[in-house]
Amino acid sequence: MTHLNPKALPNERGYYGPFGGAYIPEMLYPNVEELKTNYIPILESEKFQKDFHKLLKDYVGRPTPLYLAGNLSEMVGAKIYLKREDLCHTGAHKLNNVVGQALMAKHLGKKRIIAETGAGQHGVASATVCALLRLPCTVFMGSKDMARQKPNVMRMRMLGAEVIPVESGSKSLKDATNEAIRYWINNPSETHYIIGSTIGPHPYPDLVARLQSVISDEIAEQLQRQEGIDAPTHVVACAGGGSNAAGAFFRFIGNGKTILVGAEAAGEGVDSGLTAATIAKGTPGIIHGCKTLLMQTLDGQVEEAHSISAGLDYPGIGPMHAWLAKENLAQFVPVTDKEAMEGVKTLTRAEGIIPALETAHAITALFKINLKKEDIVVVNLSGRGDKDLDTYQEYFKNEEAQLNAV
Amino acid sequence: MNPLQTLLARKKKNLLSLFFTAGFPYLESAEDIIAAAEEAGVDFLEVGMPYSDPLADGPVIQQSSTKAIANGMTIPLLFEQMAKIRGKYEIPLLLMGYLNPVLQYGTEKFFEKAAENGASGIILPDLPMDEYQEEYEQLFQKYNLSMIFLVTPQTSDERIKKIDSLSNAFIYVVSSAATTGKQQDFGQAQQDYFKRLQAMNLKSPMIAGFGIHNHQTLQQAWEGLNGAICGSAFLKKLEQNPTPKDAMAMLMKDLGLQ
Ligand SMILES: Cc1ncc(COP(=O)(O)O)c(C=O)c1O
Repeated sequence: MTHLNPKALPNERGYYGPFGGAYIPEMLYPNVEELKTNYIPILESEKFQKDFHKLLKDYVGRPTPLYLAGNLSEMVGAKIYLKREDLCHTGAHKLNNVVGQALMAKHLGKKRIIAETGAGQHGVASATVCALLRLPCTVFMGSKDMARQKPNVMRMRMLGAEVIPVESGSKSLKDATNEAIRYWINNPSETHYIIGSTIGPHPYPDLVARLQSVISDEIAEQLQRQEGIDAPTHVVACAGGGSNAAGAFFRFIGNGKTILVGAEAAGEGVDSGLTAATIAKGTPGIIHGCKTLLMQTLDGQVEEAHSISAGLDYPGIGPMHAWLAKENLAQFVPVTDKEAMEGVKTLTRAEGIIPALETAHAITALFKINLKKEDIVVVNLSGRGDKDLDTYQEYFKNEEAQLNAV
Repeated sequence: MNPLQTLLARKKKNLLSLFFTAGFPYLESAEDIIAAAEEAGVDFLEVGMPYSDPLADGPVIQQSSTKAIANGMTIPLLFEQMAKIRGKYEIPLLLMGYLNPVLQYGTEKFFEKAAENGASGIILPDLPMDEYQEEYEQLFQKYNLSMIFLVTPQTSDERIKKIDSLSNAFIYVVSSAATTGKQQDFGQAQQDYFKRLQAMNLKSPMIAGFGIHNHQTLQQAWEGLNGAICGSAFLKKLEQNPTPKDAMAMLMKDLGLQ
């Protein structure tokens, strides 16, 4: 770790202000405790650092470019840089975390990896690294997400992972996470659960944020070189569970000069009842082992989230982000399905980059915040759109049909 | 002493407890189940408060929870149902559920109402021991409720001793590393585990749950420990039979008690 911003870290019990902690049944206690005791010593060990950074460089393809998007800058009216996480091997930032956690699992002597996935990017990343490190891999994925992210299901299977369809509840990310946790309870020894975002019981949110913080470390270095500054005026990232946002924000949290912006999936609209805008609509409670904001009924039943984007279709958000919002250290902007689709078109035509549907929320957010010409904005381009081509084709076909009908 | 503690002071062996989900299979089922269980000689009951995302539970309890929520079961309604039958039955009742609905109801109010409506104790599987000590222990004491902790085959001896020292009713012994409802017969691993626990000479009685579904598993829990808790197998009977009374009879037959 080149730089560990103390303001981005939870306390020793995993709390960011009132959010975080580890609300887990006794069955998970030994595994989570083992991780909690070992993660910092392992992360800080010379061997881990060497192996991790070597793989980030030669396998993931880091550092990813910080690209000055000229056409987009003109459209927005500010200087817009894109942090090209879409150019990571497997097409998204998710691989940073998986490489780190899989190396950690090896250090801990684990023999098997399990993972949950929404958009399939985390599942593909897990299957990929497991192929590389010769670890058997089981991925839990909601059946609704398997249908809307087909190419990723195929990739996982080609890579040798077992993909288990989850039929319970909303058949999406929340329930895939439930099933992964249940599997872990039933197979506690020798299994490491690689959570794909900054969610879950302590130490996961901190572990994932630290592994993703390589993104903002690189941004700082690249801006220094390209602009002669050590921090941008704004960082914009989409937030599902929050891992790419955590990584892009990490170094700049609480620095007093960078405005941090998270783009949340509003689905059909924040007040439509069909939304995944957790910061806007959530209340404090517990989901997947941590205290955070979540969308729930007055009786404390978790509500189903709704977003066209499988990776943001989650009724909770990481405890770090709940705290950033509470402390006004970051602002969160809701972006609807429809607006996100506009973001897809905008970036594709302006820069020749087809973004992932999740990422498109961040592009749209650029047009919803106040920006001045002098601002230097970094958008975390968390992933590429290959996995979403079916959805795009379907959506734009309908849109064309509607236009033709007028 | 609360009614559960009184029971445990009197009866040390062959305890039988059942778990059911309030509001399943029908909204008003709790009283009928309590009546049937008391008549059948069950020692105490765990009343499940349904939750949308029960992480420690297998499909049977998950489905019963989904159904109960769809039927309209909530914590306020459960307290109403308990208030109506207060004093009518003697069988001790425990409330079991996940922490989030309790937080939304209001933690202190929950403890107050639980005690007021006749509960002896509470099982919150996702309330960790350190949080319990920091924030909840005084509430349990104030309202004379027992917190029931779980131990599993992976729980260290040191932690078991700590749990024993914090317990004032019994320790819930999870029979194997599993979510609820896995129904294999108990083998050597369970027997060794029960023996290890016995050899620790704990002050608390130990009652085994998870996987109790027939004569063999019940007898092994009774031989190795102080009692047994049967959940998923009972819920299945409740689903398959026209009344809780019939379900009770079928379960007792499976357990070899009738
Ligand atoms: C490309 C991409 N961006 C963002 C996300 C959202 O996750 P997070 O908020 O953890 O970055 C996903 C999740 O699948 C994704 O695939």
